[in-house]
This record gives sequence, C-alpha cells and structure tokens, in this order.
Amino acid sequence: MGVQEKLDNLIVQMINENQETLKNNWLKEVKLFKEKELVGTTLKFSEETDQQFFAMLIKHINFHDISKDGTLDDFFDQVLHTGLPLSYLTQGLQAARRVVLNLLVETENDKEKVSAVYREIDRWLDPILNRVVENSSQIWERTVSVQKTALLELSAPLIPVFKNISVMPLIGSIDTERAKLIMENLLNGVIKYRSEVVLIDITGVPVVDTMVAHHIIQAADAVRLLGSTCILVGIRPEIAQTIVSLGIDLSLFPTKSTLQKGMENALEITNQQLISNK
Amino acid sequence: MDIQSCVEVRNEWDIVSARQLGRNMAKELGFGNVDQARITTAISELARNIYLYAGRGKICIEPIDQIGRKGLRIVALDNGPGIREIRKVMEDGYTTSGGLGAGLPGVKRLMDEFSIESTVDVGTEISATKWLR
Repeated sequence: MGVQEKLDNLIVQMINENQETLKNNWLKEVKLFKEKELVGTTLKFSEETDQQFFAMLIKHINFHDISKDGTLDDFFDQVLHTGLPLSYLTQGLQAARRVVLNLLVETENDKEKVSAVYREIDRWLDPILNRVVENSSQIWERTVSVQKTALLELSAPLIPVFKNISVMPLIGSIDTERAKLIMENLLNGVIKYRSEVVLIDITGVPVVDTMVAHHIIQAADAVRLLGSTCILVGIRPEIAQTIVSLGIDLSLFPTKSTLQKGMENALEITNQQLISNK
Repeated sequence: MDIQSCVEVRNEWDIVSARQLGRNMAKELGFGNVDQARITTAISELARNIYLYAGRGKICIEPIDQIGRKGLRIVALDNGPGIREIRKVMEDGYTTSGGLGAGLPGVKRLMDEFSIESTVDVGTEISATKWLR
C-alpha cells in the first residue's frame, strides 16, 4: 500500500510539474489528429473542448476517480452533442498516454521507476477509457432499442376503413420479425374489427422476394381460415414482373393494382356502396 | 469503371444494405425500373440464402464494361456448408427451410447469366450477370 501511494505521488508530481509542457504537446497531438480526421467540423468549438478534456484528465489524477461520479459522463454528452466522433475521445486518451510516456522517458533514467510509473499511467487512464467504451456502447444500445420499438410501432397497423373492411399498408423492407408482427396484427385485427375483407397494400415495399411473398401468402392463407378475404393491392408493374420471374404463385387470393380498385372490390364483396351526395 | 463493392452479410439488415448497393449501382449504370427491381430481388435472394444457410458471407457487386456491352455482376460468396445436390436446388419448389423454394431458380430467371459452384463443407460461390440492353 505504501509503495503504491508513493508511486502515485511520483506520477502526480511529475504531471503537475510539467503540466504546461504536457498540455502543449497534447494539444499539438490532438490538433494533428483533428486535421487528419475531422475535416469540416467546427474547430472553434472543439478547441474549447480540448481545454476541458485536458483539465478533466488533470482533475482525474489530482482529486479522485472521476470515471464514476458523473463528471466524465457529462463531458461525453457534451462531446457527442457537438458532433465530435468517439475516436476523438479515444485518440485524445492515447495522445495523453503518449505525451506522458515521452516525458517520462526523457526525464527518468531508472528503469524500475520507469516501468512502475508506466503501470501507474495505465491505472490513471484505463478507468477513463473503460468508461468511454461503456458509455458509448450504452448510448448506442439505447438508441438502437428505442428506434427498434419505434419501428415496430410503425410496422404493421391494421386500419378499419369501412364496415367490415380494413387496410394494412406496408411500407419499407420486411424482415422475419416484421413478418411475424404483420401476421399477428392481421389476425387480431380481423377478429377485433370483424373484417370481412382485408386489403394488404404493398405499394411501399421496395423488394418482393420469395421470403416476403412467402410471408404474405401465409398471412393471406391464415386470414382465409378465419373466413375473411385478403386482397393484395399496390403491386407495381416491375414487382409484378419479378414475381412472375421468380415463379411465385399468387393465384390463391385476389390481387389488384391499386388500393382504390381493391377498395371497390371490397365494397362489392361486403354489399356496400359509396353514394355521392349531389 | 473497375470498382467492385462488397457487403458483408451477417444479419437481416445486411441484406437490405446489399440490396441498396445493388440498386444504386444498377441505377448509375442506366438500368431501367424493371431491371433494377430484378437485380435487387436477385441480390435479396442470394443474400438471404447466405444469411439462412451459411450464417455469414459476402455479396460483391461489380459493373462490367466489355467491348460492345455493359452489365452488372453479382457474386455471392460464403464458407458455409455448401450445397449437396445442386441440381435439386435449381428445381422449382425444392426447399430445406420451409420456404417457397423459388430462390435460386428464380435468380436464374431474373438474370441473364448464372453460375453456381459449391463444395460440401467448403462453401458456395454464385455469380449472376445482367446485361444492359
């Protein structure tokens, strides 16, 4: 324990005594990195951030472990909000390690001492680096999961339009997870709204490959088992051609080119009529 | 134009990015709407096969510029289990995964040229070309 403290003091002393030199060297390194990597970002803002970054490293070594008390997290938020990439933080930390090591090698000749201080440098910077990685991966995970939920909510709505007629507009790529959701919403919705006819609109689906077709066929089949009719609408000419080339058989259920035509068909099936009010 | 672009396929989202790359390149080369749809669908099939059967692999898309004609080549590469019976796989309706079994024969019909090489336990390489008319 005693030895540890002494070494700690040694590096703290070394860094504090040479703070200005270290800072200048560090700023130079960071500037170099920024010139190479961050072309086009607002550099004025970043220089302020550089100063804060270094001050933070110094604070970390002088007072206490700031990787846990939130100071670091606040700084990250700020950095990421200004649009600086994560590599700015990691490169900055690596630069800090480099400048301190350079100084150490220049001023200290005792090999034992050098390796001891080297270990202390690791102890100084590693918690910060760990926190950087942890924090950023957490941010990403949160963003991804939020977007995933948002996407699922938008994914496959079944909209009751007229009595016994519902529409499911599909927009975007369909993957396995979404296909499951489509099936669930479709079947639950058919029961809930007592739909006799469901129109599935694929105008917004960019690619209809065998998997997408397979899922649509299965969904339509399931709807048929509930005693309702499924009409596939919004088939663009190029999609029609690829479906034919793929050799997919869609003859089991009716298809229409547009939602409007499908709706007319659906009204017919349910014995309803739209009367204009003239 | 000697640019070749590859997309690693590891999950379902990679299928979408492979598709996007193919669509962009097809558009740049001057393919019409229908051919763009054919090419993207073919890429989608090949990428999904990689994802389903090999787990991981890659899709490479390159423009071809030969004397007199231009085109686009899709190459699907993986180090997966390989295909035991290529002839069966090329039959309509043959599937081992409960799908429609239209994928590979479909790709062959969607594109102009098609070749498949596969060694069991080593991997599969499928190449398909569409010519610009």
